[in-house]
Order: sequence, then C-alpha cells, then structure tokens
Amino acid sequence: MARAALMDFDEALERFEPVIGLEVHVELNTKTKMFSSAPNPANDEFHGAEPNTLVAPVDMGLPGSLPAVNGTAVRYSISLGLALGCGIAPSSRFARKNYFYPDLGKNYQISQYDEPIAFEGSVEVELENGRTFEVAIERAHMEEDAGKLTHVGSTGRIHGAEYSLVDYNRAGVPLVEIVTKPIVGAGADAPALARAYVATIRDIVLSLGISEARMERGNLRCDANVSLRPKGQERFGTRTETKNVNSMRSVERAVRYEIQRQAAILADGGTITQETRHWHEDTGTTSPGRPKSDADDYRYFPEPDLLPVEPDPAVIEELRAALPEPPAARRRRLKAEWGFTDLEFQDVANGGLLNEVAATVEAGATPAAARKWWTGELTRIANAQGADAAGLAEPAHVAELAALVDEGTLTDRLARQVLEGVIAGEGSPREIVDTRGLAVVSDDGALIAAIDQALAAQPDVLAKIRDGKVQAAGAVIGAVMKAMQGKADAARVRELVLERAAADN
Amino acid sequence: MSEISAEQVAHLANLARIALTEEEIEHLTTELGQIMQAVEKVSEVATPDVVPTSHPIPLHNPLREDVPTDVLSVEQALSGAPEHDGTRFVVSAILGEEQ
Repeated sequence: MARAALMDFDEALERFEPVIGLEVHVELNTKTKMFSSAPNPANDEFHGAEPNTLVAPVDMGLPGSLPAVNGTAVRYSISLGLALGCGIAPSSRFARKNYFYPDLGKNYQISQYDEPIAFEGSVEVELENGRTFEVAIERAHMEEDAGKLTHVGSTGRIHGAEYSLVDYNRAGVPLVEIVTKPIVGAGADAPALARAYVATIRDIVLSLGISEARMERGNLRCDANVSLRPKGQERFGTRTETKNVNSMRSVERAVRYEIQRQAAILADGGTITQETRHWHEDTGTTSPGRPKSDADDYRYFPEPDLLPVEPDPAVIEELRAALPEPPAARRRRLKAEWGFTDLEFQDVANGGLLNEVAATVEAGATPAAARKWWTGELTRIANAQGADAAGLAEPAHVAELAALVDEGTLTDRLARQVLEGVIAGEGSPREIVDTRGLAVVSDDGALIAAIDQALAAQPDVLAKIRDGKVQAAGAVIGAVMKAMQGKADAARVRELVLERAAADN
Repeated sequence: MSEISAEQVAHLANLARIALTEEEIEHLTTELGQIMQAVEKVSEVATPDVVPTSHPIPLHNPLREDVPTDVLSVEQALSGAPEHDGTRFVVSAILGEEQ
C-alpha cells in the first residue's frame, strides 16, 4: 500500500481506538541449548560461529535422538516470569507445534501450549513522555528457536527463491515467549507504548542477566498485533500481526503504520484481513504475508518425549528473593539520587544510557559529569557512526576521563581527543594521556614564554586590555593555545595575560 | 469415524518430502485409516469425568546441567543431506515463510 493510502495519524485516532497486543521472544543466554548440550549461539561466548558448527543430533531432529530439558533455562524462565509479576505453574508441560518448514528438522517445534510455565502478570511501563501504563501479561512460555534460512534466488526474496540454505546453529536456542493481554486505552500513545514495553522487557532481561538482549542479533524480537475499533464499540476489530520487528524504533513505527493503514481501509468501508504482515525497515511500511486465522492448525499435542516440569517451590522462592529492582522503580530511585530534572533524566533514559550513567557514577564520576559525557560527546560520536552510545566506551574509562578534567590534567577539548583514543581501543584515559602526550601544560613558565611570543606578534593587545577592551585577550589566548597544540588551560592563559597587562601598566 | 483420503496422504507426503508411488499411497491410506479407527476407540472410554492423561507415569523434572558438550562436525551434520554447499543444507525453494 502506498503512503497516500494512509490516514493521517491524528484523524485515525479521532475516529478509531487502537488495541494492541505484543509478543516478545527472548533468546536466553544459557551455555547450552534448550534440549541439547550443544553450545548456545545466543550466548556471547558462542555468537558468530560458522554455520552448522553448534549442532547436536537433537537440534537436527535426527532419528533416535531425545531432548533433555536445560535446568538453567527453566530457572531463567521462572525468574523472568516472576519479574513480570506472573504466577509460576506448579506443573507445566511441553507440547509439539507441528508444521512443515525446514527451519526445524523435526517438523515440529517443542513449545508450551495449554500449560505455560508462567501466567497472569503485569509490568509497569514508562513512556518517553513520562506517562506510565500497567501492561497485563497473559503468559510466558518456554520453547526452542528455529534454524536460520537464507533464501537464494533471482530476487533474493522468499517468493523468487530458487533454493534455500539452512543453518541449524540457532535451532534449539532457548526462547521465552511473552504474550500480553490486549492493551486498550493507550490511544495516540499506542505506538510509543509498544516501544516502551519492548524496552522494559529488554531492561528486565538485562537486569536478570538471562539474555544478551541485542535486538540487531535477534536476541529480542517483537511481533505486534494491531486492531482498530470505532470509538464506543465494545467488540475488538480484526487484527493483523506484524512479525519480527527488529529495533525499538521499528516497533513504534510499525504500530503507527498499521493504525494509519487500517484506519484508511475501515473509513473507506473496507474490511481488515486477519493476516501476518512483514515490516520493511527501508520503506517504513508493512506488506501482507500469509493469511492467518485462529484456526491455524498446528496440531498441538503434549510432547511425549518430555516429562512435566514441576519446579521445587523452594527454588521459586529463592529466585523470587533474588529478583533485581523493577526497571520503573529503579528509574524513580536513580532520578532522585542523581538530582536530575525531568528533562535531564529523560535525556539519559531515552538515550538508553541509564546503565552507562549509573556505572559511570559508581566508578566515581559525579552524576552531572557522567550525564554530560554520555548524552553529549559519546552520543554525538555514536550518531556519526550510526551506532548506539551505550557500549561505545567503558563506564570506568568515562569516569576516569571526568576525573582527569576535574583535576586539571585535561581540558574539555583535550578530553575529547582522549575519548577518541578510548573509543579506538588505545587503552585507559591515563594511558592515552601518556602515550599521546596530551596532558595540559600546567607549567606557567612554558605558558608565559608562549604568551610573550604571541604578544610580540600582536603588540597592541596589552594597550587595548588596559583601555578596558578585555576581549582583546582572545587573540593572544588563541595564539597561545595554537602554539601549545591545545594542551593548555585557556582559563589559566587568560589569567596570565590579564596579569601581564596589569603588571606592565 | 474419521476417514483418511488418498489426497491427504499425498499432501502429507509432499510436505514431508517423501516420494510415494500410487500403490504406496493406496496402501498407506488404508493403514492410516485403520490406525485412526483404532485410536478412536479411546473416545469410547474417555467420558467427561476422565481427566486427559499425557504422561501416565508420575515422573517429573529430569533437568539437564547447562554444560556444553561435543557437537557434530559440519561434515557429520551434513552427511545425510541430499544436497549441501559444504557448510549449509540446500533445500528446495520455499513458498511458505518462517513460523
């Protein structure tokens, strides 16, 4: 559908109420897979392995192989369920979801169906504009990821494919699928809420340490269900499901796009087809995939190769006691501790830099300095590189840099040069100051020599200063800074120039 | 009583990439039909007061330690494949999509 066939977002919201439902898949970072002892590529240690090198017979569905449940994956799933405020089932079982597709060699995916491990929870989500929502969780269940298909053909896309290449490294990676209940009442905030929800899930799994949570690697994937109903109507409209949206920003854009697209169709008297849709990052649009109905027949049945999971209640309570602070509560606490204004705090939070700033403060920087470096220079460099500021530098290095500025070893300008070195991996800030020789020249003698030289070239400056034109000092300061290759404290140079003017008077 | 049709058997065989002759389809249609009938006997005894049973033996929780072990070599992994490119399996054009 062309952009022109979209209804203006505000108009769509005036006429219709959006209802969204979100399914988030989290790849757990256990050492091994869900049902085999093959190394798990969703763990940083094994990421990027060559195709089909992390494969056990179970992952390929070879005859005679039998699955064995990863105990750590079960514990991680329970922790995640608890963090989402869910109840943990005393007994839950696995089920086979049957489908014919070569991404799983068994022709079925082991999942959970009628007895998920976690159910009925709720999570507090804070939007970038400060509004908060309670999102109700329907269930969180354990399953396995599928292999990776690469379609090769004239167009490189699925439908023109001549053949497909299969890599089973990802087959069997432990997944938890988190399903929300329908989210009603977000109105125009629905797209932002979808994004903030995924961000909250990311924060939760990172704080639990159970996933690498890198969306660009597919560690965290979101399917967004969107439907519209005329205002005042009780019954939900027909929904579409946009699959595998791979960044926070795309989640927001995809929901917004579907609201506008569906509104245009409904306003025109049309009907929405219940279907799976694909998100296209480049055009910012969705396109129809396969038709989907609730009657999709996956012929679920209990997995006969696995016994029910019945976690020890004592273990559940242990995991509950070890839960980290919920993201929303943590944000409130940090904002108070740091003494930031709403705007300053949102700057940090919306930049995804809470953990970085917190770690930098922990490493000894003041909150103000930590915020300044992360939302300033580091964000600027990240934007120029098209990367995330988070992860660009070690928080400890940023704290050290702030300390070097504080103690007068570096000016802000020199510190930015040192930061470049830090990002380039040249070492810690102190090491870079030494190897690059970047420390501020604090020897007044050297500065005075440079000032004399500058004054000799611009003899009228002192007279101007004495006449009250203090800004004339700027020309000398500039010349001195240049002569010192920037390694001087401009404020100190200014003091010395003014002293000279006063002394010679 | 459920009936299995020859078309259903042919469809499943195609999905599973199993080549069947007409005779084999006919043979399997009869056999699968008989199996279905045998399984359907369960519904005669499964009255509403009988709880569906998926695991008749009261066992649970055989959890595995999260310790990596040896995996197949690429050569081993690919050894049973009709076609591969040395690192990955080659399968015929897919008209569906990932689940």
